[in-house]
Amino acid sequence: MSELGTPLYSIPGTAPGTAEPAASTGDSAAAGAPGAAHSAARTVSEVLAASQAGAVINELDRDLVGLGSVKARIRDIAALLVIDKLRMNLGLQAQAPSLHMSFTGNPGTGKTTVALRMAEILFRLGYVRKGHLVAVTRDDLVGQYIGHTAPKTKEVLKRAMGGVLFIDEAYYLYRPENERDYGQEAIEILLQVMENQRDDLVVVLAGYKDRMERFFRSNPGMSSRIAHHLDFPDYAAADLLRIAEKLLEGHNYRFAPEARRAFEEYLQHRVRQPHFANARSVRNALDRARLRQASRLFAERERPFTSQELTTIEAGDIRASRVFQTAAVHVES
Amino acid sequence: MMTNPVMKITQGQFSFLPELTDAEISLQVEYGLRRGYAWSVEYTDDPHPRNTYWEMFGMPMFDLRDAAGVMLELQNCRKTFPQRYIRLVAFDATRGVESIAMSFIVQRPPGEPGFGLIRQEGPGRTLRYTVHGYGTDRPEGERSGG
Repeated sequence: MSELGTPLYSIPGTAPGTAEPAASTGDSAAAGAPGAAHSAARTVSEVLAASQAGAVINELDRDLVGLGSVKARIRDIAALLVIDKLRMNLGLQAQAPSLHMSFTGNPGTGKTTVALRMAEILFRLGYVRKGHLVAVTRDDLVGQYIGHTAPKTKEVLKRAMGGVLFIDEAYYLYRPENERDYGQEAIEILLQVMENQRDDLVVVLAGYKDRMERFFRSNPGMSSRIAHHLDFPDYAAADLLRIAEKLLEGHNYRFAPEARRAFEEYLQHRVRQPHFANARSVRNALDRARLRQASRLFAERERPFTSQELTTIEAGDIRASRVFQTAAVHVES
Repeated sequence: MMTNPVMKITQGQFSFLPELTDAEISLQVEYGLRRGYAWSVEYTDDPHPRNTYWEMFGMPMFDLRDAAGVMLELQNCRKTFPQRYIRLVAFDATRGVESIAMSFIVQRPPGEPGFGLIRQEGPGRTLRYTVHGYGTDRPEGERSGG
C-alpha cells in the first residue's frame, strides 16, 4: 500500500516531524489516505491527478448503462467536491461539506452499485478515510427490546466510520403506526452522528421514491441533513438489453442472434408483469436461461461441444420462460 | 531513592512516555486495525499490577475499519468515568495467537494514589512482601483523584 511510505508511528517529542500529526486529528487522518490531495493543489486537474477520482468517474460512466440523470448529478457532486478542495487549500472553506445523500428509485435501478462507486469517489477525493461501504437494513439498526437499539445502531455506525453507511429501505426505520417502535431511537442516534461526525462517515439512505418522500416528510430533521437527493429512473428497454449483454459478457456467454430478439420480446412482456425489478430481473432471467442452456447440453451425453456451443444462449433457452406462457394467456383471454 | 522516574503507574505500552494525544492514540488504533486487531475500552479504579481484568466499557469492537469508532467509544468512556484509569486493549484473534496484542493507558485520574510496599514479619526472620494500592483503602468510586 502506498501509505506505507510515510511512517504512521512516532515517539512524541523525539523527532521534529512528530509534532505535526498531533496538530489536528482531521488533517493527520486525511494525510493517511492516498487520495488526499497533497498540500496545495491550485487547479482542478491537479486535484484530479493527485486523487485519480477522474478515473473512477469515467469508469462509472462507461460501466453503468443508462442512468443519464444520475451520472450527471454525480459529476456535479464530484465537481463541487473538487472545487471545495481547492477552496480549502486557499483557506476559504473551513468546514467539511455535508455529504449525506438519499438515493430513491425502484428496485434494481443501480442504487447499491452507484453507492459503491460513490464511496470510491469520496475516498479518492479524501472526503472519507477508508472508502468502504457498509450496507444495512432496519434489522441491523433497530433492536428487539428496550435498551437493545442504541448499542446495535452504534456498533453499525462504528463499523461504517471512515466509509459510507448505506441504509437500504430506510423508511422502515420509522413506523408511525406503532408508537413504541424502537426505530425512532435509531433515527435519533443516526441524526446525531450525521451532524457531529460529518468527516467520519457519509450516510446514504435508499428506497422507493414515494415512501422515502413520506419518510422525509415525517422526519424533517433527517431531510434537512441530506445534501443530495438522487432519483434513479427506471431503465428503458434498450438499456435493459445492453445490461443483459454486459452481464453475459462478464460470464463469457453471448446471445445467438435469434436469442437476442427473443430476449427483447421477453423484456417487453416482463416489464408489464408485477415484481419487475429492472436490472435484477434481467440478471435473474439470464441465470435461468443459463440453467436451461446447461440442461439442454447436458442431455447430449456423447457429443463433444465446441466453445461456440458452450458460450451461446439459444432462442429456445429464453422462449422456454414462463413469462411467454403467461403473456400468451393474457392475449387469449 | 525514587524507584519510578515518571511518577505515574507504568503498565502496558508507552507508559514511560508523555501522555499520548488523541491524534497519537488514533494512530496507534489505526495501526492495530491494519493488523486486524479488535479494540476494546476498559476502565478501573484499582490499577494493581495483579488486577488483570479491568471493567469492559461496551463490547470489543470487531470489524472496524477506521479509528474514529474506537475514539468515539473512548470519548464516551472518558465522559462517563472522568476520574478513572482507562486503557485501550487490542485483541489479536489470529489462530494460535488469540491474545492481547496491544494495551496502553489513555486516561489517568488527576492524582494517582500509587502503591505502598507492605512488609510482614513471618516465623524466624522471614519477611513477606506485598504491594498495596493507597487508593483501595477507600470504597470503589471514591478512590482516585484524592
